Amino acid sequence: MYRNSILALLTVWCLSLFAPVANAQEPDLQAIIQKLATSKNFNQTKAVVAELAATGDASVAGVLNALSEGAVYFRKSDRQVFVVPGRGNTLELFDPLTGEAAGEAGKRELTKVRVNNSLRRSIRDAIGGLTLASEDPTVRLNAANTLAANPDVDALPAIEAALEKETDEAVAMRLRQAQAAATLISDRTLEEKTTAVTVMTSLGNREALAFLTRFEAQAEGELKTLAASGITKIEKSLKLWGMGQNIWYGVSLGSVLLLAAIGLAITFGVMGVINMAHGEMVMLGAYTTYLVQEIIRNAMPELMDWSLLIALPLAFMVSALVGLVLERGVIRFLYGRPLETLLATWGVSLILQQAVRTLFGPSNQEVSNPSWMSGAFEVGLITITWNRLYILIFALCVFAILLWAFNKTSLGLQMRAVTQNRRMASAMGIRTPWVDALTFMLGSGIAGIAGVALSQIDNVSPNLGQSYIIDSFMVVVFGGVGNLWGTLVGALSLGVFNKFLEPYAGAVLAKILVLVFIILFIQKKPRGLFALKGRAIET
Amino acid sequence: MTEKTNSLLYLDGVSVSFDGFKAINNLSLVLQQGEMRAIIGPNGAGKTTMMDIMTGKTRPDTGDVIFAGDVDLTKHDEADIATMGIGRKFQKPTVFEGHTVEDNIALALAGTRGVIATLFHCRSETGEGRIRQILDTIRLSHLRGNTAGNLSHGQKQWLEIGMLLAQDPKLLLVDEPVAGMTDAETEATASLLRDIAEDHSIIVVEHDMGFVRELDVKVTCLHEGSVLSEGSLDHVSADPRVIEVYLGR
Amino acid sequence: MIFTHFLKKGLTWPITLTILVILASAFAVPFLNLYLDTAHPLHIPNHLVGLYGKYLTYALLALALDLVWGYCGILSLGHGAFFALGGYAMGMYLMRQIGPRGVYGDPILPDFMVFLNWQELPWFWYGFDNFWFAALMIVLVPGALAFVFGWFAFRSRVTGVYLSIITQAMTYALLLAFFRNDMGFGGNNGLTDFKDILGYDIQASATRAGLFSASAIALALGVLITAAITSSQFGKLMIAVRDAESRTRFLGYRPEMVKLFAFVVSAIMAGIAGALYVPQVGIINPGEFAPANSIEVVVWTAVGGRGTIIGPIIGALVVNAGKSWFTGAFPEYWLFALGGLFILVTLLLPKGIVGTVRDGWAKLRPAKQPPAQDDQNKTTASKSGSQPQAAE
Repeated sequence: MYRNSILALLTVWCLSLFAPVANAQEPDLQAIIQKLATSKNFNQTKAVVAELAATGDASVAGVLNALSEGAVYFRKSDRQVFVVPGRGNTLELFDPLTGEAAGEAGKRELTKVRVNNSLRRSIRDAIGGLTLASEDPTVRLNAANTLAANPDVDALPAIEAALEKETDEAVAMRLRQAQAAATLISDRTLEEKTTAVTVMTSLGNREALAFLTRFEAQAEGELKTLAASGITKIEKSLKLWGMGQNIWYGVSLGSVLLLAAIGLAITFGVMGVINMAHGEMVMLGAYTTYLVQEIIRNAMPELMDWSLLIALPLAFMVSALVGLVLERGVIRFLYGRPLETLLATWGVSLILQQAVRTLFGPSNQEVSNPSWMSGAFEVGLITITWNRLYILIFALCVFAILLWAFNKTSLGLQMRAVTQNRRMASAMGIRTPWVDALTFMLGSGIAGIAGVALSQIDNVSPNLGQSYIIDSFMVVVFGGVGNLWGTLVGALSLGVFNKFLEPYAGAVLAKILVLVFIILFIQKKPRGLFALKGRAIET
Repeated sequence: MTEKTNSLLYLDGVSVSFDGFKAINNLSLVLQQGEMRAIIGPNGAGKTTMMDIMTGKTRPDTGDVIFAGDVDLTKHDEADIATMGIGRKFQKPTVFEGHTVEDNIALALAGTRGVIATLFHCRSETGEGRIRQILDTIRLSHLRGNTAGNLSHGQKQWLEIGMLLAQDPKLLLVDEPVAGMTDAETEATASLLRDIAEDHSIIVVEHDMGFVRELDVKVTCLHEGSVLSEGSLDHVSADPRVIEVYLGR
Repeated sequence: MIFTHFLKKGLTWPITLTILVILASAFAVPFLNLYLDTAHPLHIPNHLVGLYGKYLTYALLALALDLVWGYCGILSLGHGAFFALGGYAMGMYLMRQIGPRGVYGDPILPDFMVFLNWQELPWFWYGFDNFWFAALMIVLVPGALAFVFGWFAFRSRVTGVYLSIITQAMTYALLLAFFRNDMGFGGNNGLTDFKDILGYDIQASATRAGLFSASAIALALGVLITAAITSSQFGKLMIAVRDAESRTRFLGYRPEMVKLFAFVVSAIMAGIAGALYVPQVGIINPGEFAPANSIEVVVWTAVGGRGTIIGPIIGALVVNAGKSWFTGAFPEYWLFALGGLFILVTLLLPKGIVGTVRDGWAKLRPAKQPPAQDDQNKTTASKSGSQPQAAE
């Protein structure tokens, strides 16, 4: 707790150091700060804080922050004020304005400038006002956020002044909210308050809703009805946004399912091979990513942002190679015996898991997000993290490429021919064992690159594959075997379905319900959503 | 509608399509009690699909399928229809390969089909006699204890016909019974079917024109899911449309 | 009379011998454990009695799976679920027997409910203080689940790998469900800290010996019933359904009912195995529902030889003895061994130990049949190793 607050203090302080320091005014500022040493009670201290805030100079933010944290002391001997972030018997002193080290002093030589809660609040508001003038938009945004969350009538002029100068749209929006919120609790005219309610309604976020609700409770007449209608409007739009966010979560989950399942859609759907080691192919892809990042971290850290792109082809190759060995060494002896294939590949999955566990240990491995994949942005009230968005795009790309490869390339044609009539294809001169091996390699390789993507959002551990294998089979079976479109629709709809259940049922129960739903669904349509019909498939 | 009620099997206006492909198109067919009928037609004419409809494996999109005058077959499933008295031999002989010849016949032998009944089933004297008699008919008595999987292709065809007999159905649907048989076997099969036809109704689907001639019964030629021509073999084979699509010039 | 006929048909000499060996062990092991001096070379220490008892319950589970897989062609990847449900039913009885001796001393509520601040016993815990009620549930709950699941699955003709996958989904869903504290089955920790069973201290060596005997007798009964079922006309029908399901339908049988019956009987056997397993290992937790456990049962059955009665028993004993030895000697390599076993058995020994030995025995004996027949035997052997499946 203590350590954290000190850290936060130093950060804010350092931030404020980047703010332009008006050198000419410095003696004045020093003088005002020194008054802290002479103030006799909280009211006097408050007056000093107000005086500091009135200078509008961002460089006092540091000392104000320190003050609210209880880290401002004065030396008994000369009534000199210092910032003292540490604890102990001998304390390091820092200059309150510049933040430079200013020697040391014993604990007994210092007296703390005391603060109480009401003082802390005014300090916080003062900082909010001050940092509105900062050049860094992030600092301004933080200040605007603080003001929007804790509206302050006194800050209203400062907000309005800042709003006029503000060029950053995001900051301006928060400032408008702060302005509206402050106006509502001020004694301004009815007209202005009416505008504020309208502004609040149009902003339509949770904070605005909370404010309007509070305001509506004590408002009267016209304003009350206006606020009430604003509240319903906001509630309605919030519900819509909530649904939008849910859809996004669902689509995002769906894209993860799609990635995990699409390789399976090839090996199971097209070849009819039940590959229980599919999850382990995904895991191998994730571990390849981990290795690539390790090498880059040690050898050429400047390439870190490219690590995923480098890992993609490698992961494809690693998993495809393992797939090739698996197909040639085990599966080809078991064609036409799907239950045996299931058992043998389960054995392979156990071996691969244990091999990775032996090589890398059982614990999770650290795989970092490249800078362009970290962070998030907002669309209205929907928060979208970059890594999830990239994974969605990536999953769709993989899908599109596969669809193309399947329908437009000669390998795809051969694959389909072999699937439909092995003997005829063989008689036509297609080397069926070769096509089998290639198809299986492709499916496994796709699982490998899925592993690269999944390493960004999931723990990279030997059990990674296990957590996806059942879901993947569910997606393929639900979507309809032998149909890539079915896999796409199956993955996305299961993802969305799952996320829509979660708010009502909780995450675990939602998952159980989805499983039960699929079990029931298969009873109704044993061949999945996009099933073929007719005599040919009824063998 | 006397035809509907007097006949053993009555198909009228039956159509079925798979993903837009019309496998059976407005097919009508009437089979009298005790009649044997041969069905011929090119590949894809809908012969096997027609049998699928008669045995409940495929539901027609439209049309009536009436058995024994009053049973609507489209409302029943395979097991029901089999119990009602329609037996079927598949194009590709399907016998229980892991069982002995005797057990294959025993499983097909008429009797209650329930779980409990089979659990406590004891074979009776009459059952034993029936098995012996059927094995004699299909000339497999000497292979009685052999595993069915070890039989030759022709022997499997006969075993399957034997299983049909054991079911003692009113109507036998026989799909390509002589495919892969030698001439001698074909001839023997034809005489076997004629024997059976004395107290059963039979529909035979076959490509082998020599065999059909041997059966000497009314012939129906299917094409693109409907009846192209019907009558005696000579009549049908003289039909120019049949020559066009099937027999060739 | 009809019953004696039903039972007698299954009693071929290998089955009779197996049953006698199992019953002999039901008496011999407790005797060697309880009445021989610990220094005696033939003395069986307490921990081994528990271990052997556990193996026997595994053998019963493998036999149950074999009834549906080996004879009826239903590869269930969810038999662990029935085993675990039987185990939970027994665990609930044992929890109620603890009474006020729990850590929190509540006379009714098990410790974990007190811990979760529950005020009263959930309705589904009623009656479990009575052993006979619990015994009924051990049979009913797995049986009912199998009935409902099988009713839907078999009627809608879900077969082959699809069925395998949804049975796996079933046990996975149960795994997730039983992990939840709100379910009222002790969540993650499951049920444990049992004190006594039918009034006997569960830790006492006499009780443990008794549990071993009970497991052996249950296994012997399982063998008897399986033998009776598989040798009846119904058994032949099961094999017919396995080899050519649609053919049986055109003969007027209802394969879904055949499968349903086999599935329910098998689930009940698995449930009884689970119920005997729990007091011997002293705990039941959601981990028993893990899909991996169910698949492991499949490999026991495959190793021993599916479609035989003795095979799954031998398989369960051999693989689990191997597991105990391996996890003691080279814990790191057990999964390699198990994985390798899956591959080797499917590739090289599709008929398992018993099936292979029997084939070899048949070949060694002077041929009653002409040699040409023997050749054909081989071809069917390789063919019947594969079951006709839908995914062509």
